[in-house]
Amino acid sequence: MASWPLLSLTTFLPLLGALAIIVLRGRAEDVARNARWIALWTSLIVFALSLALWARFDPTRADFQFVEKRDWLPDFNITYHMGIDGISLFFVLLSTFLTPICVVASWIAVTQRVKEYMIAFLVLETLMVGMFCALDFVLFYMFFEGVLIPMFLIIGMWGGPRRVYAAFKFFLYTLLGSVLMLLAILAIYFTTGSSDITEALSFNFPPQLQTWLFLAFFASFAVKVPMWPVHTWLPDAHVEAPTAGSVILAGVLLKMGGYGFIRFSLPMFPEASAMFAPFVFTLSVVAIIYTSLVALAQEDMKKLIAYSSVAHMGFVTIGIFTVTPEGLQGAMIQMLSHGVVSAALFLCVGVIYDRLHTRDIGRYGGLADNMPKYAAAFMIFMLASVGLPGTSGFVGEFLSLIGAFQINSWVAFLATTGLILGAAYMLYLYRRVVFGTITRDDVRAMLDLSPREVLIFAPMIAVVLWMGLYPASFLAPMQPSIANLIERVQVSQRESAGARLAATVSP
Amino acid sequence: MNSLADFLPAAPEIFLALSALALLVLGAYAGERATMALNGLAVLLLIGAAALVLRPVLAGGGIARQVSYYGLYVTDGLGVFAKLLVLLGAGLSLILAMRYNEREGIGRFEFAVLTLTATAGMLTMIAANDLISLYLGLELQSLSLYVMAAFARDSVRSTEAGLKYFVLGAVASGMLLFGASMVYGFAGTTNFDGLAKLFTDNDSAGIGVIAGIVFISVGLAFKCSAVPFHMWTPDVYEGAPTPVTAFFSVAPKIAALVLFLRVMLDPFGGLFAEWRQIIWAISVASMVLGAVAAINQRNIKRLMAYSSIGHVGYALIGLAAGSAAGVRGILVYLSIYLFMNIGTFAVILCMRRAGKMVEGIEDLAGLSRTHPGLALALGIFMFSMAGIPPLAGFFAKFYIFMAAIDAGLPVLAVIGVLASVVGAFYYLRIVKLMYFDEPKGSFDAPGRELQAVVLLSALVILFFFAWPDPLVNAADAVAAALFAG
Repeated sequence: MASWPLLSLTTFLPLLGALAIIVLRGRAEDVARNARWIALWTSLIVFALSLALWARFDPTRADFQFVEKRDWLPDFNITYHMGIDGISLFFVLLSTFLTPICVVASWIAVTQRVKEYMIAFLVLETLMVGMFCALDFVLFYMFFEGVLIPMFLIIGMWGGPRRVYAAFKFFLYTLLGSVLMLLAILAIYFTTGSSDITEALSFNFPPQLQTWLFLAFFASFAVKVPMWPVHTWLPDAHVEAPTAGSVILAGVLLKMGGYGFIRFSLPMFPEASAMFAPFVFTLSVVAIIYTSLVALAQEDMKKLIAYSSVAHMGFVTIGIFTVTPEGLQGAMIQMLSHGVVSAALFLCVGVIYDRLHTRDIGRYGGLADNMPKYAAAFMIFMLASVGLPGTSGFVGEFLSLIGAFQINSWVAFLATTGLILGAAYMLYLYRRVVFGTITRDDVRAMLDLSPREVLIFAPMIAVVLWMGLYPASFLAPMQPSIANLIERVQVSQRESAGARLAATVSP
Repeated sequence: MNSLADFLPAAPEIFLALSALALLVLGAYAGERATMALNGLAVLLLIGAAALVLRPVLAGGGIARQVSYYGLYVTDGLGVFAKLLVLLGAGLSLILAMRYNEREGIGRFEFAVLTLTATAGMLTMIAANDLISLYLGLELQSLSLYVMAAFARDSVRSTEAGLKYFVLGAVASGMLLFGASMVYGFAGTTNFDGLAKLFTDNDSAGIGVIAGIVFISVGLAFKCSAVPFHMWTPDVYEGAPTPVTAFFSVAPKIAALVLFLRVMLDPFGGLFAEWRQIIWAISVASMVLGAVAAINQRNIKRLMAYSSIGHVGYALIGLAAGSAAGVRGILVYLSIYLFMNIGTFAVILCMRRAGKMVEGIEDLAGLSRTHPGLALALGIFMFSMAGIPPLAGFFAKFYIFMAAIDAGLPVLAVIGVLASVVGAFYYLRIVKLMYFDEPKGSFDAPGRELQAVVLLSALVILFFFAWPDPLVNAADAVAAALFAG
């Protein structure tokens, strides 16, 4: 099996499933049922394949593994180049983990155009996995930008009342960021002579160019993360997207920005990163405090969680730009944790939305009485989002803050206040929805989690606790890659400092 | 010039001209009944012309640059590439026209004849190596197109389009002729090779020559509908019968752009610094106007007119780069543009409700439910025109921006990508109508020939990424040869 192109298989298998769904014919009900089952089995097989990736991954190596390289545009030195290291491995796993959950979560909720829905999710999975595996800029950009098409359709076709506005805003916002990155990619291509990411990672760009390139990449990733003040597309997109769309959006698409910072911005533009770090810290701290306050005032559950996502991603950007081992590992764990926890929180909203068709917090209350299982699951994810020790959220935030303390105690202090605010809005949400007495009959009539929903939440709870109690199994594979990254950044920063010193001394 | 072999370089043009005459005679004798058959015959004749264009390649000898007819004609890689694109565009739009003309009651054999003469004119333009032969080809093309625009002679809109096109087109031709005479007056020759030699030997050109170049640029910019000489485009595109619009939006545009490219790089290549700013400005203006003005359009043909103006702006970036990479970018862009546009117009031709054509973009609402296949294809074309990977339109823009960055034009590239984001809005709006809105009514079942063209174009656009080598390498070789010679 060693010769099997495992990465390509993981990436493109969902397309095969999508193709199988396209050719389905017959009565509408049969087509819908078959489409669901095909999508489920395809995504489960893909998940199994990605587990095989994890099992065969050598956690002691810092370089790229499972590398595949084929000619694509040989005259231009553009290749089909795939490979993963400790950083991308877990994002691949996150994508393949969440896709089957999305399929199951939409089993009953989506009744219109099921065939197209499942195709969109499978295509989306291919693009997400491919993006995290791509080691060639053109290939990366294809996947990165291609994601917009299925996501646009998912929000617009199966979304809420203002779906059209949200879909356009999402698409144009992210497109605006990405096209600038495309130009930066071309500039890199002409500077290094190839579009290979591994070559660019070890190339020393001149400082002046670094600044421009950094800004161009920043435009793209900051919108994706999203950082304050370019986060405004996120609440709209989240609120209007169908539940599974929100899951993927929060779970994976936001991580593309963080992944981009770690994979490209830091190692390729170390000096520019150092120069812009205070700027990033400022934006992140503003994001954490401001969006937490905004979240406190929300009446729409999805909107509240959307704003909390912006705050949580603020910890990620702080962690990344500290360029310390703790900060980076914290950012990674925080991203993975947020990927699972916020996805689960959106699913929690979805569960009660499916029953009562409103996301208005004031309409609920007292769910602990008639939905005990739901209350328990919601509690675990809520506490993980707050960062209770023993859950994944704690590990991520704690490590990020340790990293921040080493660099700037003010940043760490202000970010920590966000932690308190986070606890405030999440507990407040939980109190209003789950505790209290039931005043409405329709709320009283709501049924507890069905076996299908238990099946969705069980693996997510397991992952949250696993990541919180024994994070080493996640940290170990990424450690060599992160150490390698930090060394790369420090060496080039030292070199350029030396060069500057020499330049000032010599004349 | 004594033997038959001397005529060979212009064989495709001669063949097309003779075919047009033969069709005219055939049509006159056979009458209206044979229109469909003659249309089909014309498609075959276009294929024959393509084979003649490809003759040097098929014969095994590569495509060497060859100047003939006492310096009037040139055959080279660029010519072969562009001629094939033009013939393809003409052939496909003729296929689109067949049933349409019949149904709309304008099924007359002259349509095929005019298509052939226009195409012969375009091939001559592409092969021009002298300002005189340039003008000859351009006028043969333009006169045929004027008539085609007014082909639905009982329709007010169509005759208006034809008249408007004729008046403005005549002014543009006059400008071009005036520019050519100025160049001749100050340089003493109309031959491209002579001019090229003159301007590479002398670094600076006189003000008279510069003025001549400006006028020639104006004429050519008009022919490829670049801003600020685009005013005719929306009206003509809207008024002309739809298959004619499809034809306008590809074949003449490709021919004019390639001619533009050849004129600027070949005879006036030495004056690159002077004309670059003109192209730069035209390109920016076209991209921005194409993106912004299309937002408010309600008629799909008008929308496509503005979209095509925008696309010309992107293609001109390649000319502003003035490098082999730029020419390669233009050729790749035009090839992909051809399929996107023909495919889109094929879908527009399917917009027929209870026997009548509809043209409002609102009429596309809910297409994904009534005609899922058509909606998917149009969605692919729209995302591709917006330049979203992995569709072909992304690669078209990719090579253009690659040339711009390489040539040190980052500002032009930034304006280009920003305009493409604005432009994405109206392409997305069509996707939104088809996929997010409820259907208002179904279209009539599309004809088989339309389905075939839609399918072919959609497959090319969708799977270009998997096998881009042949097109890109061919364009690369052509561009390299142009700059080597």
